[in-house]
Amino acid sequence: MRKVEEFMRKHNLGVGDLVRILKWEGNELLAFEGLVMPPYELSPGETLTIKLDNGYNIGILIDAIEKVEVLEKAAKRPRMAFQEVLPRKEGLPNVTILGTGGTIASRVDYKTGAVHPAFTAEELAKAVPEIFEMANVTPKLIMNILSEDMKPAYWKRIAHEVAKALNSGEDGVVIAHGTDTMGYTASALSFMLGNLTKPVVLVGAQRSSDRPSSDSAMNLTCAVRMATSDVAEVMVVMHGETSDTYCLAHRGTKVRKMHTSRRDAFRSINDVPIAKIWKDRIELLRDDYRRRGEGEVGVDDRMEEKVAILKAYPGVSGEILDFLVDRGYKGVVIEGTGLGHVSQDFIPHVERAVQEGVAVCVTSQCLYGRVNLNVYSNGRKLLRAGAIPCEDMLPETAYVKLMWVLGHTDDPEEVSKMMLTNYAGEITPYTRFDTFLR
Amino acid sequence: MTEKFNYEKLGLKVGLEIHRQLDTKKLFSPVPSELNEKVDFIFERRLRPTMSEMGEIDPAALEEFKKGRKYIYEGNYELTDLVYIDEEPPRGPDREALEVSLQIAYLLNAKPVDEVHFMRKIVIDGSNVSGFQRTAIIAMNGKVDTPWGSVGIPTICLEEDACRIVERKEKEVIYRLDRLGIPLVEISTTPDIHHPEQAKVVAKYIGDALRATRKVKRGLGTIRQDLNVSIRGGARIEIKGVQELDMIPLIIEREVERQVNLLKIRDELGERGVNPEEVKEEFHDVTEIFQNTESKIIARAIRKGGKVLAVRLPGFRGLIGREIQPGRRLGTEMADRAKKYVKGIFHIDELPDYGITEKEVNAVIEKLSLGEKDAFVLVAAEEETARKALAEVVKRAKEALEGVPEETRRALPDGNTQYMRPLPGKARMYPETDIPTIFLPSGYKERIKANLPELPQERVERYVKEYSIDKSLAETLVNDERDELFEELVKKGIKPSLAASVLVVVLKGLKKEVPIEKVTEEHIRGAFELYLKGKIAKEAFEEIFKELARNPEKTAKQVAEEKGLTLLSEEEVERIVDEVIQQNIDVIKAKGMGAMGMIMGRAMAKLRGRADGKLVNTLVRKKIQELS
Repeated sequence: MRKVEEFMRKHNLGVGDLVRILKWEGNELLAFEGLVMPPYELSPGETLTIKLDNGYNIGILIDAIEKVEVLEKAAKRPRMAFQEVLPRKEGLPNVTILGTGGTIASRVDYKTGAVHPAFTAEELAKAVPEIFEMANVTPKLIMNILSEDMKPAYWKRIAHEVAKALNSGEDGVVIAHGTDTMGYTASALSFMLGNLTKPVVLVGAQRSSDRPSSDSAMNLTCAVRMATSDVAEVMVVMHGETSDTYCLAHRGTKVRKMHTSRRDAFRSINDVPIAKIWKDRIELLRDDYRRRGEGEVGVDDRMEEKVAILKAYPGVSGEILDFLVDRGYKGVVIEGTGLGHVSQDFIPHVERAVQEGVAVCVTSQCLYGRVNLNVYSNGRKLLRAGAIPCEDMLPETAYVKLMWVLGHTDDPEEVSKMMLTNYAGEITPYTRFDTFLR
Repeated sequence: MTEKFNYEKLGLKVGLEIHRQLDTKKLFSPVPSELNEKVDFIFERRLRPTMSEMGEIDPAALEEFKKGRKYIYEGNYELTDLVYIDEEPPRGPDREALEVSLQIAYLLNAKPVDEVHFMRKIVIDGSNVSGFQRTAIIAMNGKVDTPWGSVGIPTICLEEDACRIVERKEKEVIYRLDRLGIPLVEISTTPDIHHPEQAKVVAKYIGDALRATRKVKRGLGTIRQDLNVSIRGGARIEIKGVQELDMIPLIIEREVERQVNLLKIRDELGERGVNPEEVKEEFHDVTEIFQNTESKIIARAIRKGGKVLAVRLPGFRGLIGREIQPGRRLGTEMADRAKKYVKGIFHIDELPDYGITEKEVNAVIEKLSLGEKDAFVLVAAEEETARKALAEVVKRAKEALEGVPEETRRALPDGNTQYMRPLPGKARMYPETDIPTIFLPSGYKERIKANLPELPQERVERYVKEYSIDKSLAETLVNDERDELFEELVKKGIKPSLAASVLVVVLKGLKKEVPIEKVTEEHIRGAFELYLKGKIAKEAFEEIFKELARNPEKTAKQVAEEKGLTLLSEEEVERIVDEVIQQNIDVIKAKGMGAMGMIMGRAMAKLRGRADGKLVNTLVRKKIQELS
């Protein structure tokens, strides 16, 4: 236990208690008054944090504290109760928002500094009233995990929740998701929800929702608008540029987080986004989208999880691929260099993997452009070794797709055929000029 | 000196809040802290008020947001970065800024905290891109001793400066990003200042401590001094934007005067038995009366389809026109409030005037059935605007019944103040969780304490002792912030007396003739460099600076060469001396050494600033001796 916890226990201090502390500064005794704050998770714990009357927090060295006196115990504050669901308005479409973790809205306790997620309908209606003018919104928290902790089992859960909502009469579903792995989830849902008839929109925020400048509310507003649209696809909706002007709707299999922190981090790669979403309208950027229609939405969630991504780089050893093969992996997506290459030394290892029945798919670490294994000799050798060149698919999309394909067949020829079949917009037939760095 | 007021009797209380920029990198990113007019990119954002714990949102702020207020930011690639356009989490804080602020803390007898916690202070006027200002208390419990008694410094904070405002339009505000993030040290005192002069002493002391670090920014806008002033029975008034130290006592005196007079007005209204309920938002349309008015303002408003509205202020006659500060009346305060909507108002105490006739005034009096102590205020504008303006007037009138309204006011150049906005509410703050807390180990603090910079007063004394320069010269060097340059020059080998007299006497002497502030430290260094290399005589400094002030884009060397101020070689000097001798050969032959003075004078006329006088003297003497 850290010093601060020990100290708080010894003096029976609770968070929010008003205390008066006498502390030695050299040979002078200084007095401080304030509210006891929760100890910081990652600090060494040598200090007690108090919030002064002027709102500022300071840390006081516990070893220098002469005396602590509780002036007033923290009042038991009533737990705020918010309505889970609000009455439906006639004539508005119905949209379910599935929460998977992270916060799309928060409440800030200026007394203690704590930030609480806000996810009931009532809270959302207060924080982002615009969405309730567009739709009858029903929020539902289905899990609470960090985006980096996402895994295939969760994708399946999300897919089933989406289908359940859509099949129960909702007009669209929005999935609030952490941004780190949102692209992977979007891909997974694209393959699992094969016969979509309504929009499924993933949305997140790059700036936390407790701050006035957060992108969260605008992204959510655009996402709800897109969820009521005619586009029956899995999409990611996020800021289109650093300004709060419009969002972009990206096809779920073609989108990638391209910046660690910017609002407009999500970009369509090798493809044109489906739509621009303005404050008051949707501007469609293409016509080849799947239209809203009738019909039950099914979930095809068979996945082979023994699949890995392997990056080619100067000096990479074939042992890594051998290890995966030995460990029983069924598929590997290689992020090759340039057109999709690996070094000459690596090729025999690919050959061995394929011989042992492992599907080896090739994408490019350039991300932009299409792989082509016919141009250079190492490419041709790789092709001869049995690697599957994945056209202009993103490595992450190829990874998710390979899991899904291997969940359906283990016949190498069938795997190859399926990998090269376009199921959800993951492969474009030809490379458009206007899709690079935009 | 006889004083205008008995401040003790009035119960004067003044507190100071001083902000000063530090000359370091930005607080949360290593971006240079500089301002530049170059705009490389523009983007726009909106700020949404955050929901509180109880699920509440400030309704006024939400209303503003819904109206679609936009903030436009202008940025420069070099002077801002992703942190400051709120596209990347903060770095830092800048270690140097932290260290300088701790030095300042010790110089103000304050005690650094054991652990610094940066907070987010919500600000949604757009001046901070993130919607909050990052700020932390770094020290507490300081004090300044003055002849009137000790004044406490409860907190010293380190925080980020905000964006510069470029333009405020109806639905959008344009900001420049370069200033955002420059570290600011904020020093506030307790309201224990009881005399206007005492406030100046305290401000000077704090200013000296700041400057002692040699790490604070200098020049316009780098220091902001706010005053909190109240008298017994009055109200706390926050006065913003006091630039000059010398203005502080006058501004306080004027504020006392304002509060004293407002209290008198309140008492008089009370004696007249004015009932607050009678001061109502009841507006009368008096457009009819002004159909053929000679008042251009009113005529124009009517022509544009506007109305003339009047409000009755019972018991206010004579008091709206009462002077409360030199040149400012209660009516001025009403007009300041209404300024949000209209350019101006008309009140009965200033009429007839401005083209409004006595006949029109009487018609309004009759229409509003005013008694002889009752007043009216007129506004001519589009009806809705006129109503809003008059509502502000009524609000201010009601406050006059109470005495002094709490306000934030702006300091005017003449020492008066003007309404700016209501006093801000309590700051909404919560921890900045993207920045780890900073523990200040005692060893680190001890090291800073043991190496504190000298205070300006100590420096003056040292100069007098160490360099034997005149005390007043030393004081000017320090007060004009020429001390750092002075020491640098002395270190390079310039005689202290010469360095001091050039920096103080020569430069200040030119002030009336040329814009001397254009002469940079770089210019001055360049000139002394030439002197050290024997390229110019000390007489040349004046001419060089004069020229540089007019052409600041030039270097000292260029100016010296162009103006022929560089010293001539000994041969050249001898040649010119020979010339003078030849021209005056007859006189020399006649007078011998008796011609020395005259020849010397003629030679120096040609050589001043270009040759050492001693050399010329030796040469002239030698030549005359040779000839006679």
